[in-house]
Amino acid sequence: MSVRDKRLYLEDLTVSFDGFKALNKLTLYVDPGELLCIIGPNGAGKTTMMDVITGKTEADSGTAWFGSSIDLLKLSEAEIVAAGIGRKFQKPTVFEQLTVFENLELALAGNRSFLKTLRARISAEQQIRIDEVLNIIGLANQYRALARILSHGQKQWLEIGMLLMQNPELLLVDEPVAGMTPQEIERTSELLLSLAGEHSVVVVEHDMAFVRSIARRVVVLHEGSVIAEGDMDKVQTDPRVIEVYLGV
Amino acid sequence: MKEDSAGRQTENGESPDPGQWKRTTLVARGREGGLDRGASWFLAALAVVAVVVPILNQLVPASSPFHLSVYAITLIGKYLCYGMLALAVDLIWGYCGILSLGHAAFFSLGGYAMGMYLMRQIGPRGVYGDPILPDFMVFLNYKSLPWFWHGFNHFAFAVLMMIFVPGLLALVFGWFAFRSRVTGVYLSIITQALTYALMLAFFRNDMGFGGNNGFTDFKDILGFDLHSDSTHAVLLVITAAALAGSYLACRAIVESRAGRVVLAIRDAESRTRFLGYPVETYKLWLFVFSAVLAGIAGALYVPQIGIINPSEFSPINSIEAVIWVAVGGRGTLYGAIIGAVLVNYAKTYLTGAFPEVWLYVLGALFVLVTLFLPRGIIGLMPARGKTKGEIESEKEVEAEEDREQSLKE
Repeated sequence: MSVRDKRLYLEDLTVSFDGFKALNKLTLYVDPGELLCIIGPNGAGKTTMMDVITGKTEADSGTAWFGSSIDLLKLSEAEIVAAGIGRKFQKPTVFEQLTVFENLELALAGNRSFLKTLRARISAEQQIRIDEVLNIIGLANQYRALARILSHGQKQWLEIGMLLMQNPELLLVDEPVAGMTPQEIERTSELLLSLAGEHSVVVVEHDMAFVRSIARRVVVLHEGSVIAEGDMDKVQTDPRVIEVYLGV
Repeated sequence: MKEDSAGRQTENGESPDPGQWKRTTLVARGREGGLDRGASWFLAALAVVAVVVPILNQLVPASSPFHLSVYAITLIGKYLCYGMLALAVDLIWGYCGILSLGHAAFFSLGGYAMGMYLMRQIGPRGVYGDPILPDFMVFLNYKSLPWFWHGFNHFAFAVLMMIFVPGLLALVFGWFAFRSRVTGVYLSIITQALTYALMLAFFRNDMGFGGNNGFTDFKDILGFDLHSDSTHAVLLVITAAALAGSYLACRAIVESRAGRVVLAIRDAESRTRFLGYPVETYKLWLFVFSAVLAGIAGALYVPQIGIINPSEFSPINSIEAVIWVAVGGRGTLYGAIIGAVLVNYAKTYLTGAFPEVWLYVLGALFVLVTLFLPRGIIGLMPARGKTKGEIESEKEVEAEEDREQSLKE
């Protein structure tokens, strides 16, 4: 294929678990700065795809390239994070007993050895970065609050903020609005939209109204392959999509 | 920057205050304002003990009701040593979630290193009058000094060993345990097994550590008579100073970024690993540091008490140390020390007045504290240092959380 200048190239990815093909020759590209939504019924392979990209699951065949020079299938999880791919899991896991500020501080890029962190001080530059992210995720007023007392939505934003601290080029976001109130959902879509452009963002989500509100391009997965892609209206009128997913 | 942070602040009706923003972000943010005050109170109290106790013993005449006997000094010195052990346990349990049930092993090893020095100091004044061999070796027909006893006639070497031996054991043990990702109750059990194994080993006569009698009958330390009141007064002052120093060192660790990583490990270990922190290395260094503190505490304990034997390794001692920390308040450092002093005071009193009830009291204390005082005695004190505004805003967030919760239901 002669597809140039994409952020992420997944080609013919196949993963099977005991004969069950979680991914079946999946081919998908992500543009730089794009906000891509991936939908699909349960078991369509959305999470498996994320696992392959982040190195958690090994692919049986196919290729996964980050940019034109980084072969993701050859890297460990930590190396993939360092290469610039951040993943937000479904369940928010922030450090409950640390403040919002400290959560972001720990996510700062930098030397992670014990002796270095023992003497680490926040530089002016890092301070500015933390302030920026606090503003992006809308928690500037809560920066001294323990993460424990944040609402569910705020924890999700804090976790996105922790990903942003490392300035990843590609953000993978798994079901960001599950369990959120309508106001929080609205705030989250603003947040994700503001991130696109500077970062490529891939969102996996079940909430159709939410997907409609943020998506420019939607990809529908079914049984480990892409069955449709395009804008929301095009996807929703696709007969195969209606058959396997939306019509049910 | 702050004005456009959107969303929440307008909902909460909090007015943005750029001045406050700047101030609080530029200074190091103490995790709990109360800690500083508590820390200074604690250090002040320790200083008072270190000054007043020797005066009451040395300068107040024995006939006065304010005179403190050397017995009382030794007792206070013992409490402070236990306080240091509690500090070591709190550092790894309270902050890193590693429940060590074997810290008495490090304490005892430090004690044994000091004991070996003190034994060598006895010289020809022993019962058998051998200039080199301690009494128990003569008694057990040793022909010459075992290799590991060499060098212990030098105080500096002994001090090095008090730090090195517990530290090395913790390093080797921790390296295997943490690398194999042994955590939680399994780690607690193997630390318990470690101290138990050491106890059995030290009970053996042919280990060369005096068997079940251990070391005793010490004469002097650095030329100072261990039977004189003034030596004990000085030892107390040194112990208090060592305790203050270790407290400040522990505090420096927990207040650093490394300390926040340690808390993060306690709360969400795999998440911390996912952020790229070498979790095992953090645990290992913290464990080694904690073991060294325990070793120093043991080394200070032995000359004051005048005896060290294998029963110091017994599992119950390690468990008691954990109870002191739980009673005082885990994750507070000075709380652990206060817990150690209070529980040991109670032990001194109860084992004298009602010896048969002590273990029941200890058990009940642990259960009650776990159930009703999860933050220990320190948790009973009102949270200080937070401004009224902060408490209000936390309340608002909580109230909002409740509201959202009820909306969902």
